Amino acid sequence: MISNSPKIGLFIPCYVDQFYPQVGVASLQLLEKLGCEVSYPLGQTCCGQPLANSGYERDTHGATRHFIELFKDFDYVVAPSGSCVLHVKEHSPAIAGLEKEQAELHHKVYELTEFITDVLKIDKLEGKFPHRVGFHSSCHGHRGLRLACASELNQTPFNKARKLLENLEGLEWVELSRTDECCGFGGTFAVTEEAISVRMGKDRLEDHLAHQTEILTGGDMSCIMHLQGIATRNKQPLKFLHIAEILNQAIA
Amino acid sequence: MSSRENILSAIQGIALESKPLPEIPDFGIPGEVEATFVQSIQGNKGEVMDKAEFESWLAAEKHSKIISRSASFPDASNLYLPADAHELNDLDLAILDGQFGVAENGAIWLEDAELGLRVLPFITEHLVIVLDRNSLVATMHQGYARIGDASSGFGVFIAGPSKTADIEQSLVVGAHGAKSLRVVLV
Amino acid sequence: MSHPQNAAEFLKNQAKAKWHDETLWFVRDKRDRISKTIPEWENLRNLASQIKDNVLANLGSYLEQFEQNAIKNGIHVHWAKDGDEHNRIVLDILQKHHCTAIVKSKSILTEECHLNPFLEKNGVEVVDTDLGERIVQLLHQPPSHIVLPAIHLKKREISELFHEKLQTEKGNEDPTYLTHAARLHLREKFLGAKVALTGVNFGIAETGEFVVCTNEGNADMGVHLADVHVACMGIEKILPRRKDLGIFLRLLARSATGQPVTNYNSHFRSPAPGKELHIVLVDNGRTAQLAREKFKNSLKCIRCGACMNTCPIYRRSGGYSYGSTVPGPIGSILSPGLDMKKHSTLPFASTLCGSCSDVCPVKINIHEQLYEWRQEITKTHGELGKGLSMWIAAGIFKSPLAYKISGGLMRKALKVLPDSLIYHPINAWGKSRDLPEAPKESFQQWYQKNRS
Repeated sequence: MISNSPKIGLFIPCYVDQFYPQVGVASLQLLEKLGCEVSYPLGQTCCGQPLANSGYERDTHGATRHFIELFKDFDYVVAPSGSCVLHVKEHSPAIAGLEKEQAELHHKVYELTEFITDVLKIDKLEGKFPHRVGFHSSCHGHRGLRLACASELNQTPFNKARKLLENLEGLEWVELSRTDECCGFGGTFAVTEEAISVRMGKDRLEDHLAHQTEILTGGDMSCIMHLQGIATRNKQPLKFLHIAEILNQAIA
Repeated sequence: MSSRENILSAIQGIALESKPLPEIPDFGIPGEVEATFVQSIQGNKGEVMDKAEFESWLAAEKHSKIISRSASFPDASNLYLPADAHELNDLDLAILDGQFGVAENGAIWLEDAELGLRVLPFITEHLVIVLDRNSLVATMHQGYARIGDASSGFGVFIAGPSKTADIEQSLVVGAHGAKSLRVVLV
Repeated sequence: MSHPQNAAEFLKNQAKAKWHDETLWFVRDKRDRISKTIPEWENLRNLASQIKDNVLANLGSYLEQFEQNAIKNGIHVHWAKDGDEHNRIVLDILQKHHCTAIVKSKSILTEECHLNPFLEKNGVEVVDTDLGERIVQLLHQPPSHIVLPAIHLKKREISELFHEKLQTEKGNEDPTYLTHAARLHLREKFLGAKVALTGVNFGIAETGEFVVCTNEGNADMGVHLADVHVACMGIEKILPRRKDLGIFLRLLARSATGQPVTNYNSHFRSPAPGKELHIVLVDNGRTAQLAREKFKNSLKCIRCGACMNTCPIYRRSGGYSYGSTVPGPIGSILSPGLDMKKHSTLPFASTLCGSCSDVCPVKINIHEQLYEWRQEITKTHGELGKGLSMWIAAGIFKSPLAYKISGGLMRKALKVLPDSLIYHPINAWGKSRDLPEAPKESFQQWYQKNRS
């Protein structure tokens, strides 16, 4: 646990706020169970990622300035999303007058699972979750934040989410044929390249179904929203949960 | 302004940050050199044999047109090297000495001196390369260290028989060059 | 046609699209496995990247050194600022030798310069001799992949083509049979050609030699039988030292096809007695790319094709969907530099998953450059016409994550957009996907109720 109770700001991505409030709740409760002092600054907006990835990074100054002002006084900022964290760290434009705060913030922002393993230094979570769980690595978390070893690289395998899940009693980790292929969400790609996006999503789902995944989880609700949207449309027998929900339930 | 000056001055006009040229470490291989070499050649669809095995293979095969430039098998030839390379079109077998072999990938180095005619190892139906087993090196790094600043007009690393996978990724041996490669370790 | 339209078309044949994906995945998987047998793999990538950085930083002096040494070795060196000049230089050489038929081994540069149609227009028959390239040439198609030119074709299609053109047995689809038929057909061409043309994988400044790598042996069959060898080389293909080849030959084939080395790695230093050797150094947009700080790293590319094999979009849309000589991720960062308007949708044909950057043997930050091209392309939407920016902006507004929540923020950012577009009834999300159910309250509302 962290000494002197650092102040942790909970950064909830806009679409999680609106569509998946339960993921926000689970993230908050999970961090609290792990002994953290967490607060959620009100008035959060979109971090600007959809605009930036679409080629309009220059139009995200407002969102970025707002983000810095909301979070600059926290010791850590934690979000249940690798993608939004990557955006804030790598693709938010420099804000005049807030250079120092922005630079500091980039070192204080963490994705939820990496915060637990790297800052809280928790390797094993005690808990129970008797299900077959398939994990979808979001690319921005996986290759962007390096939350796990990419299959392309020749390095010692590691996976921060797996480390947390694997120790849970009763949890069966599903080994996929393609361990870290993109699901095809890709932000606006999901609609500008609709056909291929859906094809990629279907292929990921087939991999999970072929390996008897019961619950498909991941660190980014955006990928899950895309995969769940396809699975629901096609009446495929899969359940979907964010990893925060699994961990929070398991260690109750 | 000529295109040469045009291109060079365009490059000169770009402010480029200087970047150091790294030194290359002398990487080795985990396994034993000769065993790894044999494995590599086999993986490339070639075959490795010793002198006796080769001699009995040669006797059994009865190739009609053979050119040997190998010091180990000077009497295997039944043809002279022609003046015109096109006459090699129906050559059955070429036997050449390799300078050295690379264990990590089976690549064997030959230069003009070994080839006589540059097209020889390509146009022949079957290729045999004779290699001193003491000439094997671990990786390409040692390979290039061995070549050093030699100045042959042509040099080639040959690693196996000619092959292609251009039809549905199915591997087919014998695309344009030699349909087989035998490496004789002496 | 834009990339999304082409991709949707490609995906209509579901079985073939799946086969295409799986075939290229197989190649990527081979690459993954062989790269993991080399403990120093990541170190080799770092070294290759550093060597190429050094090349780009000293390109002018290396080119001059290369030229000087090549001339000393008896090679004729030519310089071409663009594709047209390159083509004219090649034609001049052919005309000087009264040559009306040439054999050519794989050279993506000559594809980029559109050499074949130019020579054909000037009465020269060009025979591509790489099997895959010969197949697509007989079909009057460009290569769909830079290493596997006919990867989009099934053996049935090739069998039908060969039956028609090479009189093979009808219905015989055996790859060995078809390959050997092509061998006989092309053997005649090799024996008859006076001039042979090749690409160049690496040019060595310190020696003035250049290296050509093939598996089939077609480059060597061509050049050693011909009287004249013309090699076409992009100016970025320079390496400083011969020993640098140790690094690059270890990386190239393993990255490209998962094999430990290409079969034939030929080092050309001087012409054989009585023969002629020419090299054409081509700029064609490369110095312009070198001047673009954010994109110059794309010139480090050694054309292994690994980023294509790994790209989930390439695998599912095929090489032709890109409409550029070099398709796939690397093509999508090279092509906008040549013609931004024509290739404006390519940097968007990616989820920015980053796999391309992780397989790249010279560590080009491909996905980051895709992101940067997006920033450039949207800036020029005035010139490009409204279509593109509308298309992108419509995408932002049509995705549910942005549509519902951030509408206010984004509308402010993109005032140009009419509401009719923002609230367009065509819902690209919902065509094949359900929307998440709207919960009773947002997280913020829950928090205020429960924690404030």
